[in-house]
Amino acid sequence: MDVIILFFLFGLAAGLLRSELRLPAALYDFLSIVLLLAIGLKGGVELAKQPFVDLLPQILAVIAMGIVLPLTAYPALRHLGKFKRADAASIAAHYGSVSVGTYAVAIAYLGSRHIGFEPHMPLLLVVLEVPAILIGIILARGIDRQTQWGDVAHEVLLGKGVVLLLGGLLIGWLAGPEGLVSIEPFFFDLFQGVLALFLLEMGLLTASQFGSLRRHGLFILGFGVIMPLYSGLVGTLLGCLLGLSVGGTTILAILAASASYIAVPAAMRISVPEANPTLSLSASLGVTFPFNVLFGIPICHMLAVYAHNLLGG
Amino acid sequence: MTFRTCKLLTIFTEAALEKTLIRDIERLGATGYTISDVRGKGSRGLRNSSWEPNSSIRVEVICDQELAEIIVAYFQEHYYANFAMTIFTVDVTFYPSVSLQIL
Repeated sequence: MDVIILFFLFGLAAGLLRSELRLPAALYDFLSIVLLLAIGLKGGVELAKQPFVDLLPQILAVIAMGIVLPLTAYPALRHLGKFKRADAASIAAHYGSVSVGTYAVAIAYLGSRHIGFEPHMPLLLVVLEVPAILIGIILARGIDRQTQWGDVAHEVLLGKGVVLLLGGLLIGWLAGPEGLVSIEPFFFDLFQGVLALFLLEMGLLTASQFGSLRRHGLFILGFGVIMPLYSGLVGTLLGCLLGLSVGGTTILAILAASASYIAVPAAMRISVPEANPTLSLSASLGVTFPFNVLFGIPICHMLAVYAHNLLGG
Repeated sequence: MTFRTCKLLTIFTEAALEKTLIRDIERLGATGYTISDVRGKGSRGLRNSSWEPNSSIRVEVICDQELAEIIVAYFQEHYYANFAMTIFTVDVTFYPSVSLQIL
């Protein structure tokens, strides 16, 4: 088991045992800023090596996936889960979007096994963050004239995650590999350590969701496990169709399988305030995040290997 | 020494609402406000500021009674149903700066 996963389990255990351990909120902010920038920088350097136009089909395919995933989650939540319209739409949006934390664990997983992947994955990460939020709002309210789309666009496109990832991509792209040498020790060499601390905090946060999870029952638990398996399969198939490598397909699958717990909650809180945020967070953070970190990533990798063997890729 | 009696309007709410509330407060006529990060427990459970969706803020506005009532009525109508929000006012003795005295 990767050492960073042990940090996650440590945080989870400390949280469940109601330990006094509590990381300052500013530290969590700092760690997530470093992770987002590091992911962006690394992607930006590699992005400079290939023409942007070549990536356009992949970007469009990923946007389509970001639309399809919440649209399939919504009826399941509405009819099987019997959720109110706003709640079903909000949870669906969480599952169509991505979790950068899960992505970071996935690249560490592949890194420790020396499996390469396409370097432009951070760009697809940014792209996949956005469409599900818009679909979630439309599912909740229809094309409502009262929805302040300007505010929504501001929240979605200028949220912390998207800005830091795009900023990192741009700096990496402009600076190139030589330009980044001076900051490499901080952003790249320390990446695993930062990720370990981040996962410690994520373990504590996940444990804090277990109380509300107990209240909201089995459906959330089942949905939180089955939905990422389904999305992971969709991501795997799309990765193969787009001709990605095994590593790239694994990343796309885990991007599809992951559920947002930062960007989407913030956007939904403002745009669909009648949706209960506890429901979506206990699913995405209480169930899907730990499931993906512990099982989802190896499963997505296995699916990618299997699909590539099957398709002779 | 110049002073006047005003209302101190205090709002405890979710950090997610910060930008929206500030826009409302300024639009309704307040000229200033103070925001602090806080944590605590209320009818919507524990909000311990461990991360963004779980963060709370306290917004304080010093204003006259009429404006305080306008702001309270607006917030009750728009936010009470769906957000964790607690509002109260207290009478305070306000010592304005020289520039505000001229106003």
